[in-house]
Amino acid sequence: MKKYVISKGLDDLFAGIYSAFQFIGLFFRQAFQPPFEFREIVRQCYEVGYKSLPLITMTGFITGMVFTKQSRPSLVVFGAASWLPSLIAIAMIRALAPLVTALISAGKVGSNIGAELGSMKVTEQIDAMEVSATDPFKFLVVTRVIATTLMIPVLAMYCAFLGMMGAFLNVYMNEKTSFPTFVNEAFGQISFLDIGTSMVKATCFGFTIGMVACYKGFHADQGTLGVGKAANSSVVLAMFLIFIEELMIVQMSNWVRIY
Amino acid sequence: MEKQKTHQIDKNERVISIHGLYKSFGDLKVLQGIDLEVFKGENVVVLGRSGSGKSVLIKIISGLLPPDKGKVNVLGQEVEQLTDKELLALRLKIGFSFQSSALYDSMNIRENLEFPLIRNIKNLGQKEIDHRVEEALDAVGLLDKIDVMPSDISGGQRKRIGIARTLMLKPEIMLYDEPTAGLDPTTSRDINDLINEVKERYNASSIIITHDLSCAKATGDRVVMLLEGKITRQGTFEEVFDTDDEQARSFYNYNFIQQP
Repeated sequence: MKKYVISKGLDDLFAGIYSAFQFIGLFFRQAFQPPFEFREIVRQCYEVGYKSLPLITMTGFITGMVFTKQSRPSLVVFGAASWLPSLIAIAMIRALAPLVTALISAGKVGSNIGAELGSMKVTEQIDAMEVSATDPFKFLVVTRVIATTLMIPVLAMYCAFLGMMGAFLNVYMNEKTSFPTFVNEAFGQISFLDIGTSMVKATCFGFTIGMVACYKGFHADQGTLGVGKAANSSVVLAMFLIFIEELMIVQMSNWVRIY
Repeated sequence: MEKQKTHQIDKNERVISIHGLYKSFGDLKVLQGIDLEVFKGENVVVLGRSGSGKSVLIKIISGLLPPDKGKVNVLGQEVEQLTDKELLALRLKIGFSFQSSALYDSMNIRENLEFPLIRNIKNLGQKEIDHRVEEALDAVGLLDKIDVMPSDISGGQRKRIGIARTLMLKPEIMLYDEPTAGLDPTTSRDINDLINEVKERYNASSIIITHDLSCAKATGDRVVMLLEGKITRQGTFEEVFDTDDEQARSFYNYNFIQQP
């Protein structure tokens, strides 16, 4: 009969947290140690970034447009419809673009990485890589985490741009505001801190998505059932952590704003 | 008709030497004091039922799993004492053919075979890589599948290509994990021939993990029976099975009499 330090559930939880931190530690050790897998990193950036463009394009544009449409009635009541561009710019750049991009990427990219690595694990492809004298952690994990960390901020900027385009279309159709005026009003209220915070957020989200998906995929077991579980838990855990990070970074950026 | 084994075994040169090897997973004791030696140019077949620890044994030899206790010496190096870098260097000399073939699903057959070459041999021109890939595929009789994805070929073909991939780095030791599992008798015979051919061509020593007696008889210079984590019998195929030992007889009867 196996003895537990506290209970099975809590022991497993702490063992899981310890193992995750070990995984993160190994990533940082391997990421800065040559040889560097530049070719594979570029390939993964293409997979993560370029292949997500259609989805981000649609979502970003629609988010901007719908947010503008829903905000207008409230502002019109106070005669503040002219504030729409700045309201949308603040909302898109500070919060919506990184968050929407991260959530969509957690679903698309995270599940893809989790399932791919999980499938490689249960079909012994990771072992095969190891015995052919290739470090699978460096080749599979480091490259994917770097790709998501680099690409999610780029996609978030792209999402913000398209969200603003969607907002402009709606504003133009209702108020006939010209594009230069819209841009002037929108970016008048945006500071470097807003853009910087947004990029820091997106970078953290990208790192989280890549790390969670790789960890879950790398530790998949129980055959095909494990692959499904790895893909599913990659998405669920990444989304959960993204919201916690969002809360923490917003809080920290507010402190910076105050001081 | 299966090809005859004609290769030479050098009894003076040990390529694998295992002493007092133990391995457990939780409460499950898998290997319980294994002693085994493999000589240069020798094919050793490890026979045993599913779950008897056969695959764990070769995973420990290749450094994929750490032993709990005991010494594993491969080509003069103690595996458990090697640094990561030294272990990677040793693995260049070991070919591992997996039960599931373990072909990379995201790559076609050409890329699968190129992978170990590109990763491990610097300054190798594309022409030379192409030549080696075509040569290896030709050796396993599947040159026409060069640009096909692994999902589009049969189980037997996957096994052959898995073996071809391990040969890209011209290994000194080959480890085969259930090479004929799940294959029909004709394809199994082709794989047995291929194992013997690899031996002739590369003068490699091999450990063949199997529960298929036909494979053991066709490929093994020496047969080792592993039961409940311990080596119970070893010798030539005839020495191991020409006996009144109940476990050996039962294993033999199951394979040759009860199975169709």
